[in-house]
Amino acid sequence: MSKDPIIELIEVTKVYPLPAGDVIALDRVSMAIGDGEFVAIMGPSGSGKTTLLNQLGCLDRPTSGDLIINGRNTRKMNDRELTDLRLNTIGYIFQRFNLIPLLSAYENVEFPYLMKHRRPDSSGRIGSLLSQMGIDSAMATHKPPELSGGQQQRVAIARALVNDPRILLCDEPTGNLDSVTGQQIMEMLTGLNRKGRTIVIVTHDPGVARYADRIITVRDGRVT
Amino acid sequence: MRDIILQLSLRSIRIHFLRSVLAALGIVIGVVAISSMGMMGANMTLSVTEELSRMANNVVITAASGSGGGPGGGPGGFGGGSSDEKISEEEFRDIQKIAEKYGLVYVIYRESDTIEVGDKKGRSTIYGLEEDVMRRLFTLADGAFPKSTSSVIVGPTLAERYDLKVGSRIDIGDEDEGTVTTVRVVGILEERGMSNDVNSDMAIIGSEKLFTGIYGNEGEYDQVNLILNDINDSQKARTEILEKMNRKETTVNVQDSSRMLESITSTLGTMTTFVMAIAGISLLVAATSIFNVMMMSVTERIREIGIMRSIGAQKSEIRRMFLYESIVLGVVGASIGAVLSLGIGWVVVLAMVGSTDYFFMPSSLAYIPFAMAVGIAVCILSGLYPAWRAADLDPVEALRAE
Repeated sequence: MSKDPIIELIEVTKVYPLPAGDVIALDRVSMAIGDGEFVAIMGPSGSGKTTLLNQLGCLDRPTSGDLIINGRNTRKMNDRELTDLRLNTIGYIFQRFNLIPLLSAYENVEFPYLMKHRRPDSSGRIGSLLSQMGIDSAMATHKPPELSGGQQQRVAIARALVNDPRILLCDEPTGNLDSVTGQQIMEMLTGLNRKGRTIVIVTHDPGVARYADRIITVRDGRVT
Repeated sequence: MRDIILQLSLRSIRIHFLRSVLAALGIVIGVVAISSMGMMGANMTLSVTEELSRMANNVVITAASGSGGGPGGGPGGFGGGSSDEKISEEEFRDIQKIAEKYGLVYVIYRESDTIEVGDKKGRSTIYGLEEDVMRRLFTLADGAFPKSTSSVIVGPTLAERYDLKVGSRIDIGDEDEGTVTTVRVVGILEERGMSNDVNSDMAIIGSEKLFTGIYGNEGEYDQVNLILNDINDSQKARTEILEKMNRKETTVNVQDSSRMLESITSTLGTMTTFVMAIAGISLLVAATSIFNVMMMSVTERIREIGIMRSIGAQKSEIRRMFLYESIVLGVVGASIGAVLSLGIGWVVVLAMVGSTDYFFMPSSLAYIPFAMAVGIAVCILSGLYPAWRAADLDPVEALRAE
């Protein structure tokens, strides 16, 4: 699957200045991810793979180098534009699910929808997304702590998809789940990829990486 | 539309209910303190103003002392009979022509003299007034108004000091200096208090004829008074009399009591502001507690902030979430404070002023919305920094928080 790149990194370096000396988390990383690709980023812990994913998700800015997403260079964007990019173009799925504990499952999915559309969902999109993920309307009224890990991750996937992003970034999405649930989640992601979404997944589990079209290995801040 | 950011703020308050209540309590106390003190001041001012306004409808016209005396220059007016300058009959007619439209114009003869009652000797002010003026100015505690040139009425303080009763006799004048006139007390006045027209409490008041009979000087008045029909004409009447009477040279001084009223009101105003500032300290304490609660809220929700930022919430929305929280605390606290102020303010006013006649006057009740506004403003100000800090968190750092 090699189409035009939707994500392109050019010589991206990330340095964390620490009193004991600078830590180079990413060292002149260059790579391209095509539109519709399913890429797994692998590497031992501390290798810089989460730092790399944070760069792709525009949660962090590179110390130097350029990150081009959807044809736009993020270096020239201000915080507001980067936030809009996260809202509209990128969906994030975390290892720890990261649902907002004060909101119900439904409201967690509704949150980014409201941030984007500024009005409640009248089309039933949120409800149907949740039921596609296997969360019925009764379950959707529960707060995250009342749901199982698998259910929480399904809610998180629905949340990531609600604004129909072109890119889905997943940080160890099965890391906190049992193997059966993890497999279900991976199959869901594969299905989403078949429908044309670009998926980048960070994992150290070769069983998870197996689902990807391509594996990028990060070691000591470098892509090998 | 349902605002999810507001929902988050409300839920955060509900989850930390006790903490939020305690923070809002500070605002309640601050609002009650400020509005009660403000209302106390307002009620005091209103009640003093009412008391003084009897005086405030007087405009006092005296002859200018010397040719150089500027208008309104003299601080006197409280019955200072020392001036030798008199207002002539002609001048009085002129003043009457000018001032008639504002109210009643009348003349006062005044002299200070030695008096003797039985063995007791002393001094007193003797006034000569027309009978209908007496009726207008004074209320009798006992007896009647004088009908003859040998009868007088006396003020209550004088009556008490010399043990005067209706029927008592007073000798006016000094044997060594001239004639002594004996007059009979026919009435005793009610206390009138300090005034700028006639200070009757320590005085002997007789008819004009009695006065000119003793002192001569007919048609040379010590003072011309104007009793205003409308208190608001005070400045206008004063200006008009001064302009017309002093066109060529300074002949009269005019003193209206609006200035004194102003200065008393402004003193009370200063006092009220001072007391309210002290009450405001309680709001400062409340601000600290709100600030503390907001900082706690931010710290506890760092991860949540990180999540919200990572899924596309703008900085402004994070700021809004925390500002809402402090505004809600402020509005709830200030509203409860406002309701309590009605009760506690009433008690404070009753205790400090002694009367709640003016409690529901707009200028008194206005302190409640004022205190509410101050309380809410304090909350918003204390919430600004925590909100700004929350919005400025680095999303990656925030997500890493436990």
